[in-house]
Amino acid sequence: MNQSTIEPEVQPAELGGKPAFRGWTPTSSHLNPYVPPAFITLILVIGHLSFGILESYQKTMLAIVTSIICELLLGRLLLKRWPNLASAYITGISVGILLRAPGYWPYIVCALLSITSKYVLRVNGRHIFNPSNFGICAMLFLASDAVATLSIQWGNNLAAMAVIWVLGSLIIWRARRFHICATYVASFLFLSLVRAWITGDPWLSEVSPITGPEYQLFIFFMITDPKTTVKSKLGQCAVAFSVAVAEMFFRLDQSIYAPLYALFCVGPVALLIEMARNSRRSGLRSPNVLNSGTA
Amino acid sequence: MKKVPIARIFVTLFFVGLLMTPAIMRRYASSHSGSSKNTLDRQTALTRHGFYLEEVSHSAGIDLVHQAPTLDAQLAKIMQEVASMGASVSIVDFDRDGWPDIYVTNSAEGSKNHLYRNMHDGTFKDVAEEMGIADVNQPGTGVSMGAVWGDYDNDGYEDLFLIKWGRPELYHNDAGKGFTRVSEQAGLPPWINANTAVWFDYDGDGLLDLFVGGYYSEDVDLWHLKSTRMMPDSFEYAKNGGRKYLFHNLGGGRFEEVSAKLGIESRRWALASGAADLRGTGHQDLFVANDYGVSELYRYDGKRFHEVGEQAGVGFAPKSGMSVSFGDIFNQGKYAVYVSNISEDGALIQGNNLWVPKEGTDGNATRYENLARDMGVELGGWSFGAQFGDLNNDGNLDLYVTNGYVSLDRNRSYWYDFTKIAGGNSSIIGDAKDWPAINGRSLSGYQQKHVWLNDGAGKFVDVAQAIGATDTYDGRAVVFADLWNNGALDVIEANQRGPLLVYRNTVAPENKWIEFDLHGTRSNRSAIGASVELDWNGQKQVQTVSGGSGFSAQNDRRIHFGLGKNPQVEKAVIHWPSGKFQTLDSLNPNEFYTIEEPR
Repeated sequence: MNQSTIEPEVQPAELGGKPAFRGWTPTSSHLNPYVPPAFITLILVIGHLSFGILESYQKTMLAIVTSIICELLLGRLLLKRWPNLASAYITGISVGILLRAPGYWPYIVCALLSITSKYVLRVNGRHIFNPSNFGICAMLFLASDAVATLSIQWGNNLAAMAVIWVLGSLIIWRARRFHICATYVASFLFLSLVRAWITGDPWLSEVSPITGPEYQLFIFFMITDPKTTVKSKLGQCAVAFSVAVAEMFFRLDQSIYAPLYALFCVGPVALLIEMARNSRRSGLRSPNVLNSGTA
Repeated sequence: MKKVPIARIFVTLFFVGLLMTPAIMRRYASSHSGSSKNTLDRQTALTRHGFYLEEVSHSAGIDLVHQAPTLDAQLAKIMQEVASMGASVSIVDFDRDGWPDIYVTNSAEGSKNHLYRNMHDGTFKDVAEEMGIADVNQPGTGVSMGAVWGDYDNDGYEDLFLIKWGRPELYHNDAGKGFTRVSEQAGLPPWINANTAVWFDYDGDGLLDLFVGGYYSEDVDLWHLKSTRMMPDSFEYAKNGGRKYLFHNLGGGRFEEVSAKLGIESRRWALASGAADLRGTGHQDLFVANDYGVSELYRYDGKRFHEVGEQAGVGFAPKSGMSVSFGDIFNQGKYAVYVSNISEDGALIQGNNLWVPKEGTDGNATRYENLARDMGVELGGWSFGAQFGDLNNDGNLDLYVTNGYVSLDRNRSYWYDFTKIAGGNSSIIGDAKDWPAINGRSLSGYQQKHVWLNDGAGKFVDVAQAIGATDTYDGRAVVFADLWNNGALDVIEANQRGPLLVYRNTVAPENKWIEFDLHGTRSNRSAIGASVELDWNGQKQVQTVSGGSGFSAQNDRRIHFGLGKNPQVEKAVIHWPSGKFQTLDSLNPNEFYTIEEPR
């Protein structure tokens, strides 16, 4: 893959909209490109002021700053332009919230892995992993002795959680991606019944994880990432359902990080299938394009 | 063939390097930890580390296996997880014969506690029955969770406060010949579900006061549940635990509960507490380690307590605090505070905390930073009791950490289900009926203990396997005491549903020691809160007489200093709780000193 195959990467955010340097267009989204970064910041602020979810300010800042610097350097190096940093900010803040590690180095490595994956793991000029999902999964695979993820709740205050769910849903609605979240949540709830039936555990214990902040980030910022989701609305719903199904199997295998691993597996496969289908369609329409592409 | 730009090759190599970084970090950490993972023969251990431990409980006449409680049947599916505490050990010279005795709790309904009298010949005899403090777990009264000893009436004999999930008990020591139950006269409440208590004289009036930290709410009878909604309402922010009690000693065997009046109002789930003069004010500060939440640090200003945990830096990140111990690990005359938490590869990495006073801060402005990772004492598994003590008498305080939560089926883990419920909303996690059944699975079971040797240069090295601490029981309480009166700190470990282990310590003879047995006159007779600052060979170390530390534990009241080779002891300065200072000169290594506070 050479440089000319790399499309401008700079999304306003991992959620919503066309690349910022092209300008936000009402036809692509009704969402201001800076709403998602503002929203994830709100989650961070509410979570921390209410319950002190951050292990430390320093670690979260480290993840954010590392992401931003890495994005700047790689954007400049490979795209020859200064990228919009909203996406990197969201990646950094996701790493800062979701990753739990006593040391500092995992935050640096995870942030670097997340951002770099966008520039390295590409097919047909498109990155196929959600950056923070990739970074965190890689750390969980490779450094399980040093890291874990946020696995706790917001505490006993339902109000904070309700604010995030309502705001998140409104924002996602405006971004025209609410169907993805709704499909996933509905699938999760239905499959939690299936899991409870299989395992014999209380149904509420199967529902329990989705009430935590890890899932709020997962639902609003990972599975809806426009760069790593398929294009058609029906396809997006199918992928969200597939993620929930894959997660169920990971859960039945007692995998603690089931949702992250499910997205890690399903997301790229869905994109590759979409690319293959698009390629076949365009090939049928215009064989010369295929010929020139393989020349 | 397409030309691949150098920049892309560079970025790809960088990416591969990033993927390899965790392995490199692991290798680096392993090569720099200096930990000794292999067992060594005694002589090699003695030569290399300066000591070895030998488990001698059976030959010492102690054959005790802890029995756990069986709580309400509504908790049956998670019984092993809920009824997972109660094994405790405390050291007391109850008969004042100059030899440390051992008190051990049991926790099954109807089971007996044990008081092992030191027979001076390496054996122990259980005298709890004849002393009247064995049959203390009768159905309907709750069961024992721990014990702390302090001479509350200053008659020269250590009295017993029994920490229970149930009716707390105070036993008066009748001149070492028996114990009399005085709970009602003392004014203790009818029921507390506590796991920690500490004797200390917070106001310096010469009478020992008592702090008791509730775990489950005191209105819960764990044998007759009115509701299964009695679990913590959050894994890290729970505030529905038991209340705290501060019993002010009024004299005459009576106590007044003053916690709210003096500013101690918390419903966090306390598991451990300790008191030490952390600011050099003459007042003992109270440090409380809470499960499911942040630690609390209470400073006494002469009138009331102020909770300053967040301000001091120790109450910011919520973890699962399970032990509090104090140690002057840098030989600077300042205490570090060690708090144990949970670490399990691939599941939850909280890391234990080693709170060290920040450079340039002192007094009320003292702030702490966590140096556990830097000093190599961070990852201790599902850690419970921890104690500081100089195990090899080299002049530096070492750290012993016991661990392991529930050891059942080795091949099946409950961790997945545990994290599933731990991430849930309060309405789910707080109700035991929503918890998945444990079904014989382990939860951080069969863990190796940690004996971290302080190298005196800022690092601790784990030598547990090398020096003989090889058990993998579900450790709860650990204490140090010189059981053989030979200048070596022996280790006694109480294990949940496991045996009481007595590790006899043999120390390289070239390393010297000195011990102090303090007795207050104007201060409380137990001298709890008195500190000794010892100067030798150009260095100094401070230690304090403790009224309870670690997890459900109390070390020998005698203070033990290791001195290293060829020591020249310059002086010892005793700071009595009464405010008096006493300086001792002409001290010799390898001697016991019994010191009475000047009147």
